Amino acid sequence: MSTDETGQGGPAAPDSARHPHGQGRDLVQLVTPSGERISHPEFDYWVRDVTDEQLCSLYEDMTVIRRIDVEATALQRQGELGLWPPLLGQEAAQIGSGRALRTDDFVFSSYRENGVAYCRGVDLTDILRVWRGTASSGWDPYTINMATPQIIIGAQTLHATGYAMGIQNDGADSVAVTYFGDGATSEGDVNEAMVFAASFQVPVVFFCTNNHWAISEPVRLQSHIQLADRAAGFGIPSLRVDGNDVLAVMAATRVALDRARRGGGPTFIEAVSYRMGPHTTADDPTRYRDANELEDWAARDPISRIAALLERKGLLTEELQQQVKDKADAVAREMRAGCTTMPAPEPLDVFRNVYSTPNSWLDRQQDHYARYLATFGDPAGAVAEEGAR
Amino acid sequence: MTQMTFARAINAGLRKSLENDPKVVLMGEDIGTLGGVFRVTDGLQKDFGTHRVVDTPLAESAIVGTAVGLAYRGYRPVVEIQFDGFIYPAFDQIVSQVAKLHYRTRGAVKMPITIRVPFGGGIGSPEHHSESPEAYFTHTSGLRVVTVSSPQDAYTVIQQAIACDDPVLYFEPKRRYHDKGDVDESLDHTSPMSMGEARVLTQGTDVTLVAYGPLVKTALDAASAAADEGVSIEVIDLRSLAPVDYETVVASVRRTGRLVITHEAAQSGGLGAEVAASITERCFYHLEAAPVRVTGFDIPYPYSKLEMHHLPGLDRILDGVDRALGRPNSLSGLEG
Repeated sequence: MSTDETGQGGPAAPDSARHPHGQGRDLVQLVTPSGERISHPEFDYWVRDVTDEQLCSLYEDMTVIRRIDVEATALQRQGELGLWPPLLGQEAAQIGSGRALRTDDFVFSSYRENGVAYCRGVDLTDILRVWRGTASSGWDPYTINMATPQIIIGAQTLHATGYAMGIQNDGADSVAVTYFGDGATSEGDVNEAMVFAASFQVPVVFFCTNNHWAISEPVRLQSHIQLADRAAGFGIPSLRVDGNDVLAVMAATRVALDRARRGGGPTFIEAVSYRMGPHTTADDPTRYRDANELEDWAARDPISRIAALLERKGLLTEELQQQVKDKADAVAREMRAGCTTMPAPEPLDVFRNVYSTPNSWLDRQQDHYARYLATFGDPAGAVAEEGAR
Repeated sequence: MTQMTFARAINAGLRKSLENDPKVVLMGEDIGTLGGVFRVTDGLQKDFGTHRVVDTPLAESAIVGTAVGLAYRGYRPVVEIQFDGFIYPAFDQIVSQVAKLHYRTRGAVKMPITIRVPFGGGIGSPEHHSESPEAYFTHTSGLRVVTVSSPQDAYTVIQQAIACDDPVLYFEPKRRYHDKGDVDESLDHTSPMSMGEARVLTQGTDVTLVAYGPLVKTALDAASAAADEGVSIEVIDLRSLAPVDYETVVASVRRTGRLVITHEAAQSGGLGAEVAASITERCFYHLEAAPVRVTGFDIPYPYSKLEMHHLPGLDRILDGVDRALGRPNSLSGLEG
């Protein structure tokens, strides 16, 4: 089993070398793609308290964030957003882990974890600000204990590790959780973060969503071994979990959080999932990806899976489905309204918050630009026109 | 007043910051048990513990990147980059994260991080140990960049940098680490002279000579030598490289009509270019001659047997002063 020191159970190394990204080895799964709840000697314990009501709630969360994602993609297609990075297919990985966290844990994520942000209680309009271009970030990180999305691949893993050093200094039992993708595991920052986390044994969880694609590059280009196996080289225990199984993801995340809270240091989780959509709305995956592959993964769709589980348990009533659909529609409507009514920033806002103390260079540039704008009757209009020329 | 070396003065300033603010933590390679390769942090881990003076693994990006996380958590990290040439692996974390996070979070997250960098040449080191990378950082908005030129400044400014809510790169002139000077320990971070101000070190009437860091001493020596020849040089220690305190430089050049700026860093795109351009914009009608730059060459830092050719010395600075004054100099008769 995979909760031992190395996270590698049994004599699996030769097999993993032959099939580095295959299914099966060490993959923690609690619900099969057809919705059957299978028992697991170790991980059942970690979701023993999940009630039927909570299962329905996980189903609702996943459905709502898929709806948010679809709505945001539509907003981009309609010209309301500059860009959008869809999370389609990764709902279980995000909701299963996001719902395992405590309020006082702190998340450092990439740009695709909008489902995690939803779990943290983000205002939906805030998710869109940066993609609409009205602000350089969406929210105040301290209001939901989640940093705003990191675009530099892997850089946030160091921030989480440093934050965890702070938690350790403070003697607190909260945890820093960092999300990143399979591509990021090749970045120096991610490797350095694991060196520091292991060295100082700080409470950080490395949550790697292996969605199999870093834009056009398949995961086999990043690694010749399973990503979870990399952690052993740093002395970090790891788990390889079915990322489309919300219950298994929740169990794995709880194992990692529990270890961190008890002073057991970092854990690396590889959530094996699939990016069913493009990298961003600017991407065209048909140029590099086999349509059959997408079909295979569509059969393992994370929402279909929890729906099938609910159906087997007799919980997937029409009433529930209608209720969830209504909630998703309402959330999407609210987000769309928030997007299209977002106030435009003022021209001189570009100078704000570069420094927190006065700065003679910038103050002078701002003053000169304000004087320039003042030579127009309608400064904002004049500049927009100039920018368009 | 206490006589201290530069290194000891920075050490005393760090100690005071550690005493005054429990959120101050020091991080870097070899800064704990060893006390740093230049002994700047000597004894601090023993007195403040391994959680406040942290020996880190050898990864510069991680040193700065984890400092970002600590700052998120409300800490005030002071990181040491062991040598100037070792800062580049941390470039992304400094430029994309430390510098921009206040802006990127609309002011919600402060980055009160101090990055200490021993810089400059003149100590006979092998490659990557003698660089002057300050212009990369003065070009990066969101950062403050300061240098020090005396033990007193070293002591006071390190405390001001740590107390500052913006990130600060604090460049330490490594060839001056063992120079001694008087330090008034009451001049802590509350000193009336802020780290952002330039300082006029010698009054003069003929030429304004702007220097910073290790070349301030060279500039003062040049001014003294020039005085023997009847040339009156006003030496300004720039101190803050981003932002530059132009008011002080402008006031001086308006009186002298001539500007020479010197630094060890390469010439093109350097701080001298920025100061020359800004002073020309602001003082054009007061200038009697074109501003002159006396700088390192646009070359990789050379092997140590030739480094003194690369580093501006007293005579090269005086040659530049002669150019500004229109007196016979090494380039006399050369067009353009």
